[in-house]
Amino acid sequence: MASFLKMFEPPRRLFVPAQTQETDERDTKTKPAVRVLSDCVVVAVLLALFGALAYLLPAIDAPIGPAGIPSTVSTDLRDLPYYALRSVLRMAIALLCSLVFTFVYGLAAARSRRLGKVLIPVLDVLQSVPILGFLSATVTIWLALFPGSMLGVEAASVFAIFTSQAWNMTFSFYRSLTSEPTELVEAAKNLHLSAWQRFWKLDVPNSMIPLLWNCMMSVGGGWFFLTASEMISVGNHTYALPGIGSFVEQAGSEGDMGKIGWAIAVMIAVVLLIDVCVWKPLTAWAEKFRITQSESETVKKSAVLTLIRHSHLNDVLFALIRPVGDVIAQTWHALKNAFSRTSGSRRPAVGVRTASTVDGEVRPAGRAVHGDGSDDANGAHDLEEGVDRRRKSRARRRMAGDIAFFGVLGIAFVWGVVQLLLSIGRTTGFSELWRAFGLGFITFARVAVLIVVCSLIWVPLGVIIGMNSKISSVVQPLVQVLASFPANFVFPFVLMWFAAWHVSLDFGSMLLMALGTQWYILFNVIAGASSIPDDLVEMTKSLHMSVWMRWKTLILPAVFGSWVTGGITAAGGAWNASIVSEIVRYNGKTLTAKGLGCYIAEATAKGESMKVLIGVVVMAVFVVALDRAVWQPLQRLADRRFVVA
Amino acid sequence: MADTLTRDLNDTGRKAAEKGTGDAIIEANHVSRSFISDKGNHLTVLDDISLDLHEREVVAILGRSGAGKSTLLRVLAGLVEPTSGTVAYRGVPLTGANPGVALVFQTFALMPWLDVQANVELGLEARGVPRDERRRRALKAIDAIGLDGFESAYPKELSGGMKQRVGIARALVLEPDALFMDEPFSALDVLTAENLRQEVLGLWKGGDSGIKSILIVTHNIEEAVQMADRVVVLGSHPGRIIAEEQVNLPRPRNKHSEEFENEVDRLYTVLTGQSDSGGEGGTGGDNTQGAASAAQPDGSQAAVAGHGASVAAGGSTPSSQARQVADEAASQGSDLVGGVNGQSDRDGEKGGEDARDGGGHEDLVQLPDVSPGGLKGLIDVICEYREGADLSDLASDLSFEVDDLLPLIDAGSMLGVLEVHDGHATATQQGLQWHKAGILESKTLFAQLAMDHASLVRSIDQALRRSPEGSLRGELFIDLLRGRLPDVEAQRQFSIAVNWGRYGELFDYDADDDVLTLDTGEDEQSD
Repeated sequence: MASFLKMFEPPRRLFVPAQTQETDERDTKTKPAVRVLSDCVVVAVLLALFGALAYLLPAIDAPIGPAGIPSTVSTDLRDLPYYALRSVLRMAIALLCSLVFTFVYGLAAARSRRLGKVLIPVLDVLQSVPILGFLSATVTIWLALFPGSMLGVEAASVFAIFTSQAWNMTFSFYRSLTSEPTELVEAAKNLHLSAWQRFWKLDVPNSMIPLLWNCMMSVGGGWFFLTASEMISVGNHTYALPGIGSFVEQAGSEGDMGKIGWAIAVMIAVVLLIDVCVWKPLTAWAEKFRITQSESETVKKSAVLTLIRHSHLNDVLFALIRPVGDVIAQTWHALKNAFSRTSGSRRPAVGVRTASTVDGEVRPAGRAVHGDGSDDANGAHDLEEGVDRRRKSRARRRMAGDIAFFGVLGIAFVWGVVQLLLSIGRTTGFSELWRAFGLGFITFARVAVLIVVCSLIWVPLGVIIGMNSKISSVVQPLVQVLASFPANFVFPFVLMWFAAWHVSLDFGSMLLMALGTQWYILFNVIAGASSIPDDLVEMTKSLHMSVWMRWKTLILPAVFGSWVTGGITAAGGAWNASIVSEIVRYNGKTLTAKGLGCYIAEATAKGESMKVLIGVVVMAVFVVALDRAVWQPLQRLADRRFVVA
Repeated sequence: MADTLTRDLNDTGRKAAEKGTGDAIIEANHVSRSFISDKGNHLTVLDDISLDLHEREVVAILGRSGAGKSTLLRVLAGLVEPTSGTVAYRGVPLTGANPGVALVFQTFALMPWLDVQANVELGLEARGVPRDERRRRALKAIDAIGLDGFESAYPKELSGGMKQRVGIARALVLEPDALFMDEPFSALDVLTAENLRQEVLGLWKGGDSGIKSILIVTHNIEEAVQMADRVVVLGSHPGRIIAEEQVNLPRPRNKHSEEFENEVDRLYTVLTGQSDSGGEGGTGGDNTQGAASAAQPDGSQAAVAGHGASVAAGGSTPSSQARQVADEAASQGSDLVGGVNGQSDRDGEKGGEDARDGGGHEDLVQLPDVSPGGLKGLIDVICEYREGADLSDLASDLSFEVDDLLPLIDAGSMLGVLEVHDGHATATQQGLQWHKAGILESKTLFAQLAMDHASLVRSIDQALRRSPEGSLRGELFIDLLRGRLPDVEAQRQFSIAVNWGRYGELFDYDADDDVLTLDTGEDEQSD
């Protein structure tokens, strides 16, 4: 999936200055009774969590029955809570995988000059590949990895969710890494922090806030593709896993509106619960990672966080984690010393003196001078020449390495493209490629219309909401929850309406796509409008500007940047949503709309892997090209001209 | 300390021989640092700098902004690798961050998410000091710098002065051989800065801090004289040592004593580069400013302009118009680029400097980054003094630091509205005239001065007059500048020129369309 969410920056809101949350953390004056009560609640919740895990885990690797992997799930309402739990667990595991992936990939891209040049464009492409592309390519591998167990399907499903979450998180982490404040990086080097220490003391804290926001967005994106991930239709097979997504899919194809209604209710409850119990406390907590010169003026409150802070959970966690951290740190040090000793370098006689250090510890991490006799007092001249020689040979090595690295990659890339074209020619013929491009233009037209119409509707509304702080304080959180609610759960109702009014899916699919992606435009515009400075608004009033003039001279330019951010997200999301919007099953029938999304979905279901490949490549080309040709110039324009300082 | 003071520090050539005597903590030999501009030119930031830091001494690196002071500090700290030359710590060449250095930053560089205690402990943690030991020593350092009671505060809850105390405690706790301070007090208000300066000096004098030497980078002359045993003055474009001054005043130093003020005045003189006696501070040596050699002949300017033109023609906008104008500029020997060529051409640079020394301002390297309004204000202030003003008095009257004052002085000298001799500034006849002029008249006067003395402004004006429509793309000029300057600097030079031209109503610039147009005076221009 997607540029569903390209990097998403948290909407910035201005709040009244007040005491920060930090004080709570050291709040020792809380009444003992409150603390005990908090402890009880926290312990109860933890027990419940572990209990749920213990209950769910055995089912996950249940053996496959004699009938093979089920292709349907029961739509018994009594199963719904259990399904919801299963879906949440899947989501959580996928998110964890995404986090690990994010850290590894982001670090590799940011720290290695060569890898960065390759990994970031690759990420751009991965982001524009629809979820079904990943699924059809890998599902057989997953099934083969865990023969005879449902774990294979489970893994495929988690992987599918992962592909709908990871990319924007990685982008966000990468961007944080590359924009770390210079002086903090220098401080870390000067203090000789090890890579491990730097990761935890600088890299992660510095990226925390944007990363958290992207986690939230990712989970929203994951929900949207839940149906596709839990009811996997690949190669004439359908593999169904118990989950709320597959429940909706099943109920939808049976046309059972009542059950879908129930599923929606449960889903809303899940989204709200996660928001209150996970995101609210995390975002409030993450405020401490905001880099500001002065006391923060924003206050984020979370009842759950306060509860946790009142309890002793903090202390317990510290007591548990601290020894582990110490052990890791000591091991690291032992390794580092061993390494610098084996490299046989001479160390400076005096370093930064630390009472307990062995003298080796004063060396900068990892690297060592190669003994070349430079220290036997032959004078500075020799030394200088040695250093110069080493510098030159290093530059040469670096150049040679670059040539080898990029040469090999370039050849591999060209070879890959040639192979792709050859196999297209061999199997489907190039006419298939042109056909896919044609369909791509149809989907492109849908996306374009969708963006224009959504903008026309939501920009004015968003501005009205955003400029009225009373309304926006109520509406903004609501919109954010709506954005993470999987819109395709309500598809059956919309389809019912389409059927009644005889609306063709060729047009109707635009509405389906919009249901999932319009919110990004709305809440970005709200955020943009609410940050228009008051004095500018007062200026327009004092000059007696007409309404139109006010919009033209102040409001539209001021929200332009936010609209672009929302537009990028919405457009990327719409492309990926096309695979679930251009083909839908409803009431026993399968409705299709001509388009690239439908093409990919059909090819996946029939197992025509060459067509899937063509479809995915064409979609990636479209998304990346549009991003480069339209959105990035718009973004640059916004940054240059329309920043409200 | 006397030992250090009597050493002949100026003879950098002998540095190599000193190696191995044991009390040099850090030795830099012939260090240069350059980078490659967008146009592929080598731009030198630091040029052939040799500098030692010895035990028991405080060294200040003084220079105006852009002289590469901070880069030099980072090279010595092992954070930036020199392009050529070596830096050694205790005789061992650096291959990474210098193990004997603890750094105090201008912007504090505290981890915002760690409290004071954790920030101070960070360096110890990196060295694998056990938790209890860490705690004990951090508390000691926190006590020493007067942060008692703030252990669990987060940086954002602290004032600037307190934050810098944390920065200092974080360095102190490591008991480094060399404490490096990068403009440590310049982000603080005057009183806090003075207070903290005294406390650092107190710690240094107390001697139980475990620090063996201090290197402080500053653009504040008084600060340098107050703190240092030795002041190393860096010149700009490229950064190189132009003077070294011993400061032999007894401590604690009285800022109002005559010796102190003399020392400050002397450094002002060195920094403004206007003294007849060159490095009067008695440094001589091979690192002082080159002797006045031949100023650049006119022919070379034309050649350089021609080079610039070819760059423009091959650049991103080879429109026929651009080429034509650039060619014309070249054929006219216009010094659009000639004025700035010193950046990468060291000899040219010296020529430029010397020309300035000689009182001619024609070849002055770059437009100083000042607004005409600010310059007018300075002239007004100077004119209020009957006999002209000492730069140091001027700076303290205006609460300016060197970085604020010197660009204005440069601009004033360049435009011929003031003269500086031995750190003493007086308004010229033209300056007085400008001072007395009304608003419109003052603009006309400024326009005339800029046309006479600011080559970039003149070149833009002439090119515009020669172009058929009276308008040109700004990119053309930025491109020409970029051939000789780093990208950022080229942009800045251009925007200064535009600002001056606008003020003088010579030409106007539409940033949206990137179009320069002649100010034809349709809006009433006073004549």
